[in-house]
Amino acid sequence: MSSILIIVFLPLLAAAVAGLVNKSFGAALPKIVTTGSLFVACGLSWPIFLSYLSGSAAPTVTPVLHWMTSGTMSFAWELRVDALTAVMLVVVTSVSALVHLYSWGYMSEEPDQPRFFAYLSLFTFAMLMLVTANNLVQMFFGWEGVGLASYLLIGFWFRKPSANAAAIKAFVVNRVGDLGFMLGIFGVFLVFGTVDIPTILAAAPNHAGSTIGFLGHRFDTITVLCLLLFVGAMGKSAQLGLHTWLPDAMEGPTPVSALIHAATMVTAGVFMVCRMSPLFEQSAVAMHVVMVIGAATCFFAATVGTTQTDIKRVIAYSTCSQLGYMFFAAGVGAYGAAMFHLFTHAFFKALLFLGAGSVIHAMHHEQDMRYYGGLWKKIPLTYTAMMAGTLAITGVGIPALFGNPVAFGFAGFHSKDAIIEAAFASGNTGVFWVGVVVALLTSFYSWRVVFLTFHGKPRWAASEHIQHAVHDAHGHGHDDHAHAHAAHGHDDHHAHDHGDGTAGYHPHESPLVMLIPLILLSIGAVAAGFVFHGFFIEPSAGETYWHGALAFNEHLMHAMHEVPVWVKLSATVAMLLGLGTAIFAYIVSPGFPAAFAEQVRPLYLFLLNKWYFDELYNLLFVRPAFAIGRLFWKRGDEQTIDRFGPNGAARLVQFGSFGAVKLQSGYLYTYAFVMLIGLTAALTWVIAR
Amino acid sequence: MTGFPILSVLLAVPAVAAVLCLFVGAQGARWTALLATLVNLALGAWLWTQFQHGDGAPQWQFVEHVTLFKMGGAEFSWALGIDGFAFLLIELSLFLMPICIGASWLSVTKRVPEYMAAFLATEVLMIGTFAAQDLFLFYVFFEGGLIPMYLIIGIWGGVNRIYASYKFFLYTLLGSLLMLIAMIAMVLNTGTTSIPVLMAHDFPANWQTWLWLAFFASFAVKMPMWPVHTWLPDAHVQAPTAGSVILAGVLLKLGGYGFLRFSLPMFPVASVQFMWVVFALSCVAVVYTSLVALVQSDMKKLIAYSSVAHMAIVTMGLFAFNANGIDGAMMVMLGHGVVSGALFLCVGIIYDRLHTREIDRYGGLAINMPRYAVLFLLFTMASIGLPGTSNFVGEFFSLAGVYQVSTWTALIGTTGIILGAAYMLYLFRRVVWGDLTKDDVKAMPDLDGREVAMLVALAAVVLWMGVYPTSFTAPMRADVARLTQRLDSAAHTLSISDSKPTPGSPQAAPTHEASAHEGAH
Repeated sequence: MSSILIIVFLPLLAAAVAGLVNKSFGAALPKIVTTGSLFVACGLSWPIFLSYLSGSAAPTVTPVLHWMTSGTMSFAWELRVDALTAVMLVVVTSVSALVHLYSWGYMSEEPDQPRFFAYLSLFTFAMLMLVTANNLVQMFFGWEGVGLASYLLIGFWFRKPSANAAAIKAFVVNRVGDLGFMLGIFGVFLVFGTVDIPTILAAAPNHAGSTIGFLGHRFDTITVLCLLLFVGAMGKSAQLGLHTWLPDAMEGPTPVSALIHAATMVTAGVFMVCRMSPLFEQSAVAMHVVMVIGAATCFFAATVGTTQTDIKRVIAYSTCSQLGYMFFAAGVGAYGAAMFHLFTHAFFKALLFLGAGSVIHAMHHEQDMRYYGGLWKKIPLTYTAMMAGTLAITGVGIPALFGNPVAFGFAGFHSKDAIIEAAFASGNTGVFWVGVVVALLTSFYSWRVVFLTFHGKPRWAASEHIQHAVHDAHGHGHDDHAHAHAAHGHDDHHAHDHGDGTAGYHPHESPLVMLIPLILLSIGAVAAGFVFHGFFIEPSAGETYWHGALAFNEHLMHAMHEVPVWVKLSATVAMLLGLGTAIFAYIVSPGFPAAFAEQVRPLYLFLLNKWYFDELYNLLFVRPAFAIGRLFWKRGDEQTIDRFGPNGAARLVQFGSFGAVKLQSGYLYTYAFVMLIGLTAALTWVIAR
Repeated sequence: MTGFPILSVLLAVPAVAAVLCLFVGAQGARWTALLATLVNLALGAWLWTQFQHGDGAPQWQFVEHVTLFKMGGAEFSWALGIDGFAFLLIELSLFLMPICIGASWLSVTKRVPEYMAAFLATEVLMIGTFAAQDLFLFYVFFEGGLIPMYLIIGIWGGVNRIYASYKFFLYTLLGSLLMLIAMIAMVLNTGTTSIPVLMAHDFPANWQTWLWLAFFASFAVKMPMWPVHTWLPDAHVQAPTAGSVILAGVLLKLGGYGFLRFSLPMFPVASVQFMWVVFALSCVAVVYTSLVALVQSDMKKLIAYSSVAHMAIVTMGLFAFNANGIDGAMMVMLGHGVVSGALFLCVGIIYDRLHTREIDRYGGLAINMPRYAVLFLLFTMASIGLPGTSNFVGEFFSLAGVYQVSTWTALIGTTGIILGAAYMLYLFRRVVWGDLTKDDVKAMPDLDGREVAMLVALAAVVLWMGVYPTSFTAPMRADVARLTQRLDSAAHTLSISDSKPTPGSPQAAPTHEASAHEGAH
């Protein structure tokens, strides 16, 4: 039995077992089954990845079952493994296994654990189906499967109205993207006569210059197909316009945010573009759109990230922004760099989320950074892990300049700088500058999180969650989902202030099951970039590794190394500027941010309210949908169709029978008169015809 | 084919049982009905193994023919026989019937023998409709199906049952009369009542137009298509649970079956001619009824409106005139039959406990009815068309077929997947999620064994159809090929005209690398 079958289907089996057994034998069994199966899958995935790294493996397709046939369209359930899949396999199984383990600690007070672990494993199965898809429809299956798991996990605390709303929003907004994906699949089938990915990619060059009818106009064929597919990618990867669900998705438990909304699911769009890269290569327009949308998202999300106060939301916008980086890398043709950033990002972003989870855990479910501060002494291991993640995301490292033979740095240094250099090397100077500016913003908002959380003086006393904890003397569980509770009067809280801002609360470091994943991911955040950059982006090694799994542009990768010195330094300089600003604003002069925000109040509000996307969409789509629905129902169905249709007919019949009743009066002379009229009419007809 | 007259037996078992029901008291009637439907289901399983498909399989199988009387050249005969379409729809009916009986086991207490007899009569008439090969025999079954359903709504229905059943009847009657006139005209023109013969007959083009319109009047109402859909929400709301299941599960498929059996093969030229009418009405239906579904506060009404939207995907697919579209339409019909049946059952289960269909009266059922929550979630997702469930297969193929004919129609049809997600998840959220605050809702017990058995059976079929739909597409493959072949000639003659939509096929110019210009021109 091929190991890929075990990797993919073991999590499904585990999810089914955990879901069906549920709490019948306590929470331990489902936890062991799901976590164990994920570690098995992870253990089997790394050898596959390593075999591709060593260049000893060739792409394989493992058939599972025939799926559908209709007319000339036919496709099967099958599992494809190539270099691209191998990257995703290790990312998905590793992060998933660690998140499973972490959840043992994070969710330990949760009464509904089996359900949680079943969902996690179900998600992993769907994600693995997505990355191993050999045809577009199976990819769509995985695509929707992860969407379902995401929906269920965002809504895991289903008693909370906000979680319910966020879950629905995530699903529906993703469906907007799916509309594009589905139309893209239809178009691909129409053009290529198949949905089999390798066949499509091989035939893609044959269709250059052809046109296709779409919505009454004629366009370049490949451009239409790529853009339709890209709409799908935009939905799943939360790109500008379809990003609104991602910040709200933070309603889900933090391990979910780490696994689904940072490391794996949201990168599916990037994966899809890379998978279909030979097709995208055929359309300069589509590539350009991918690049612009990516850059716009990258910038937009970073600006919003600088103002948010909820620790998870900052990291969520950071994710959105980093996904933008990946897309514009793909848009300039540096697919290897996009995948590389996807790979390193998975480690350091999962680390940041799990670190944030550890902070939230320590702070009794308080998520607002305004009520953090000075935590580094209390939870030093978490602090170290968050530092590693922050060093990685901001891209700290020493460039290979001024006689230094080897560039060396944290993960993000290698991958993000590669993207920025590739943007310059490809001649897209505008996007290059966006990349540099966002590097500054990234550095600023990331350090802001660290400084607000771990440095400065404790500001815990003002937090309701902390007050709640102190009041209850840690004596209660999560029975009513502590995060959901309504306002407790603020006034009596301050009575318990111990004067040092701690309110007498003592944060504790997280248990070992939560720290082990943090440590392992820290290693990834530190080393993943340096160790693997050769295989992902170096011209010759990359060509050998990818081996046609994506459109590897060796020429561009060469050019990337030839960029001027100032370009190579730009990202590092931007990072240092961001760090400097953050140190100034949150350590040296803590009163500055508030004062500055007051000065540029309109801009501040614009960013704080996330560019008013939610308000706009509410006004444009949500409320009109309900209003029009009501209009159609009342005015359309009831007052028009029914009124003139069946009810009208009924009234007509009533009216008619009323007339008939009058005719049947019983008087002989009326009958005789009617008879006379009839006779006359009959005679007239006979004579006149 | 000679041998065991399986189709007549399938009709005889429930017919005899229906009569028997009237003489055995309430409990006896329940068991009689259950036994009869289960026997029929077993026969259906046997039929499944016996039905041939693949190369060399005859188009019409299990043919029976007994001439009842002759009238001039035409005859009225007991002619039965099934092809792939009829076979699949018969299997759907056979599968849903025991579940309907099960759903009525406790909730119907008034006039039980008559109720069970009415249901068994419905089964007879449904199977007869699908199996009939004689035009008038078909008409008798097709219209006869109205009568027991009319009674089920009118006698065992809700408060407003009289209005609903009368509306139901009035709508369908008008179409039926036009269809009868058209049938008489067809018989006078051709001298035969045999449906297989008529399917190969080429009517003159102007005849086709009028005949198509007459049949359309009947099928559009049965479907139902916008704007003749307003009987459906009322009928569903007032019907008892099992009535809704069978109404959504099978009776709504009569319209689609009619299109497949009559409109498309018998009047291909007119079908192509009216393609745009059907597309336009279907597009309106998808958006209109989905939005209306979004604002419903009555669970059954919501699902009824969603049915109209799903059926619009069926009509779109059928009138795409290609294999994908027709395969997809059939799969939506089958999938929707199972899924909407299951959803109505889910509504019925909580209605039995709380006696209200008001969505806002519920909330938090995931807490005290976890088994129910899981199964309801599965059917919700199937209704949304999640891949791996039955409805995805149908929607996907149907819309893929439509895309090849009209991208606008495909685009509007595909918006149904967004709106569908919105109204179903909104429903799920209000019923199953949220906190458990209401005392009477708290007191609701989780599913019992009977309910679990019914829903799990439905769930298994939903997943089977999603994961391995080949079981369902294979029996009809040859029939789809025959139908598209027949339509092709008609579509071809008209495709030259301007009314044909811009084909979405590329003008491939593989060698023109130099002229690789981007964007529109």
